[in-house]
Amino acid sequence: MTGRAQPLIVGAGPAGIRAAQALVAVGLRPLVVDEAPACGGQIYRQRPVPDGRSAKSLYGSEAGKAQALHGAFHALAGHIDYWPQALLWNLRDGDADIAVAGENRRVAYDGLILATGATDRILPVPGWTLPGVFTLGGSQVALKAQGCAIGSRVVFAGTGPLLYLVAWQYMKAGVEVAAVLDAAPFSAKFAMLRGLPLFPAIVLRGMRFVAELKLRGVALHSGVGGVRIEGTREVSGVAWRSGGREHRIACDGVGYGLTLRSETQASDLAGCTFRFDERDRAWLPQRDAAGRSSVAGVYLAGDGAGIAGADAAERAGERAALALCEDRGLPVSPERAARLERELARIDRFRDVLEAAFPFPAHWAGGIADDTLLCRCEEISAGEAREAMGRYGIVELNRLKAVSRVGMGRCQGRICGGAAAELLAAETGQGIGSVGRLRSQAPLKPVPLVLQPAVRDRETAA
Amino acid sequence: MPLLHRIVRKDHAAIAFTLDGRACEGRAGDTLLTAILSHAGAVRLSEFSGQPRAGFCQMGACQDCWVTLAGGERLRACTTPLAAGMSVVTGSGIAS
Repeated sequence: MTGRAQPLIVGAGPAGIRAAQALVAVGLRPLVVDEAPACGGQIYRQRPVPDGRSAKSLYGSEAGKAQALHGAFHALAGHIDYWPQALLWNLRDGDADIAVAGENRRVAYDGLILATGATDRILPVPGWTLPGVFTLGGSQVALKAQGCAIGSRVVFAGTGPLLYLVAWQYMKAGVEVAAVLDAAPFSAKFAMLRGLPLFPAIVLRGMRFVAELKLRGVALHSGVGGVRIEGTREVSGVAWRSGGREHRIACDGVGYGLTLRSETQASDLAGCTFRFDERDRAWLPQRDAAGRSSVAGVYLAGDGAGIAGADAAERAGERAALALCEDRGLPVSPERAARLERELARIDRFRDVLEAAFPFPAHWAGGIADDTLLCRCEEISAGEAREAMGRYGIVELNRLKAVSRVGMGRCQGRICGGAAAELLAAETGQGIGSVGRLRSQAPLKPVPLVLQPAVRDRETAA
Repeated sequence: MPLLHRIVRKDHAAIAFTLDGRACEGRAGDTLLTAILSHAGAVRLSEFSGQPRAGFCQMGACQDCWVTLAGGERLRACTTPLAAGMSVVTGSGIAS
């Protein structure tokens, strides 16, 4: 070692794993911190204990990729420092505060690769806070990591590739899938044909999911609107409008999500410049094709820097690590770097296809009923938020937060922030890019209060 | 009514815990969220409206599933492995 501090990688999903591997390849020893107990991220999340299911049954067509990533990470043991179940909660002046094993560890880093991933994107619908309603990602975690179904008769609603994937996974696991409700009109799916020359296997797999769901008699509805989740203490059904008719179906579980949103809080604390991304309808940290942010020594990879999926995350993680090496004057194969960038550009073109096939239903935002909760932490309704906007002439998101408490709760706007921005844009007639973005604050997630050991305090005092 | 339905791990080793004083069993490999929702239809009541909540994202982002143990310790159920002897107190009769 040169005496320089370790590079720090945040996240051990596909991006973080490939980044760590690339740094080890040139002789660096990164510290990898990850909130989960085992590597893989959300998409390749591992079970806590073996449960008799095969990798094929857990990860389907992506089993090979999952096993390769898990294996690659295990092979790094001894060459990296790895803190699982560790929360990065603050970044300041080249130091990271990490809560792990009940204590806080302040780590000086030299080179930071943020691979923080994504969560489901949500627009509130009536009943979305009822027990039995989970995000699509959460529904998948329940099945994949815990071997549990979120109900005995489940409806999946929203839009995005995950909608059909999770519905199909539940069906394959023997759970009754009552219906799949897609906000996107059926005609939007023809956009997938444009994806055939780019990634035929992905397009065909999606078609297979739909065909097999249909074959098993699962009701598939497109162009749905007016989704309402019914129930008083728990989910009892879902009502919606499609094809000019009102529909209702009984169920005891709902998986809901409208594609994904990036986890950008750490890049915000790192001081990265943000730009508005029209496709993701979100403010994202600026980065070049290699993953360099606006801050020297800070690199961004994977869905946390813009939604692109797991295949892109693997490549972006490696590319970002190569950029770190380039910037340190370490040897890097220019051919490898160029190849990764070419592959990322190809995936980026495919993202346009997916966005056309599963468009975000931004028009739902203006129609959120006044009595529907917008912020589930602080329990602020859409009507209360609208009233605040009107009374104080609010046109900016942080101002809305200050006045109404939307986004001020425990999740710090992870769940409601995007929806609040969409609602504010709809109410004020501004473009979604003009309403601002929620500022991130440390601690990035709730952390236990860590007290200094009393013995040391007495010694210091003496 | 239990909210989650086990498909696998049904015969894994039992882990005893209590939910509002009621003796319950989870299974090796359970998160605290899975353990609670295998017995109950919610994990807490909202401190504002009193409406039941049962988590949402299951990946440590939404902070919807914080629960309290008898000793006062607060835990995010979806990211906490179930440990023997945990005594979860909702103070709301959720378990009944």
